[in-house]
Amino acid sequence: MFVPCGESAPDLAGFTLLMPAVSVGNVGQLAMDLIISTLNMSKIGYFYTDCLVPMVGNNPYATAEGNSTELSINAEVYSLPSRKLVALQLRSIFIKYKSKPFCEKLLSWLKSSGCARVIVLSSSHSYQRNDLQLRSTPFRYLLTPSMQRSVQNKIKSLNWQEMEKSRCIPEIDDSEFCIRIPGGGITKTLYDESCSKEIQMAVLLKFVSEGDNIPDALGLVEYLNEWLQIIKPLSDDPTASTSRWKIPSSWRLLFGSGLPPALF
Amino acid sequence: MAATFFGEVVKAPCRAGTEDEEEEEEEEGRREMPEDREVRQQLARKREVRLLRRQTKTSLEVSLLEKYPCSKFIIAIGNNAVAFLSSFVMNSGVWEEVGCAKLWNEWCRTADTTHLSSTEAFCGFYHLKSNPSVFGSCPRKNMQITILTCRHVTDYKTLESTGSLPSPFLKALKTQNFKDPACCPLLEQPNIVHDLPAAVLSYCQVWKIPAILYLCYTDVMKLDLITVEAFKPILSTRSLKSLVKNIPQSTEILKKLMTTNEIQSNIYT
Repeated sequence: MFVPCGESAPDLAGFTLLMPAVSVGNVGQLAMDLIISTLNMSKIGYFYTDCLVPMVGNNPYATAEGNSTELSINAEVYSLPSRKLVALQLRSIFIKYKSKPFCEKLLSWLKSSGCARVIVLSSSHSYQRNDLQLRSTPFRYLLTPSMQRSVQNKIKSLNWQEMEKSRCIPEIDDSEFCIRIPGGGITKTLYDESCSKEIQMAVLLKFVSEGDNIPDALGLVEYLNEWLQIIKPLSDDPTASTSRWKIPSSWRLLFGSGLPPALF
Repeated sequence: MAATFFGEVVKAPCRAGTEDEEEEEEEEGRREMPEDREVRQQLARKREVRLLRRQTKTSLEVSLLEKYPCSKFIIAIGNNAVAFLSSFVMNSGVWEEVGCAKLWNEWCRTADTTHLSSTEAFCGFYHLKSNPSVFGSCPRKNMQITILTCRHVTDYKTLESTGSLPSPFLKALKTQNFKDPACCPLLEQPNIVHDLPAAVLSYCQVWKIPAILYLCYTDVMKLDLITVEAFKPILSTRSLKSLVKNIPQSTEILKKLMTTNEIQSNIYT
């Protein structure tokens, strides 16, 4: 359930919700960290749930001594009212059998909050690509029918590649074709539920492998930025590198502590 | 999938934890019969956490905090934290056991809560008879929670190697509403805490209850004198200062606790 930080729930009518799916390489979550950190979004509440493994830590977006001691939990909501953006960040994995109940609770909150649409940032196993996909861009999008009606033209102008259907059961040759997002966590469930509940949802994903997924996250936010123009688009300023996105302080030591010098 | 040095292709674990679950759910969708799902859900319904009066083993009729409202709630998780609390805090004044919690879920080896053996995880509740403000009669709004636990020093992320750190050492995490200073440095980014201490702290942060977690990073996870003594700076904090009377006596009690718990290890026994 959503619990506001302040006394009353903020008005999110007409806002766009950005959220990650906990998926391969944690790319969606890393991308969300970049968005929240770069736009300096403020925390407006918690999505308190027993579906995620509990975790706490100090402010992952701390920039100075003064703001480094605010406690953060596993699911928090941030907003940028000037851009009508609200962001949900998920920081831990689902407890067994709890992913579907989480989807239900999330979508029900989405409907009651008045958000106009939701964009899910996700990823899928790169080793599951077919030959055509191997030769094309690694980014894909998916729109629910109600979202299609409102943004069809914009998406067409971007020349994006829609996620292709593949065999429902890969081993069986005459199996039907459907949308499959292997490694995408709850992405498919959210997409299917949103289709049936007439929720305006877009899924933006990248084919990735586990490893250092920071470049994948930077790629995914640039992909999102082509559409939403959260920050100045790359094409306007070809000399700018992807350091336009602010890396949060919590990304330090991503691969562990320092090594003992005696090792060498 | 990943290719190894030896030319095999193996299934690489997915950091996001999705792979197994997704396959399981897909398989479940194909193979789990409604009867299987019903059995699984029935087992889940049998899960329980019961609060009992220790001596009589009868259930407490009302919630513990309703029967014993308190302003200070101290939770110790793990053997070293519990040893610290028993020796230094609970040996000052008279503490009465007011109940214990027993739980059962599908992963317990016994059939139900009434047959849990003494070696299983245990949770007991005690209140200070002489001071009603600790587990006493103050309204819940003023409640302050202190959590003590330990973690292995290799869990601590730092620029230098964890082998060179002066363990054991104490770090703290506090909720927004906890205004008192901690007696040790706060846990720096990117370190995090999970499991039960995180669950308690998350609850307190969300519902605006003042709470502080004292985390002792140590390289000895079994009961150890030096690790327990690393919690001592907490005794000087505002919340615990009033509770601790006799430190030298407590140190003696702690030493006795160590010797009774020492298992003589010998390859012939």
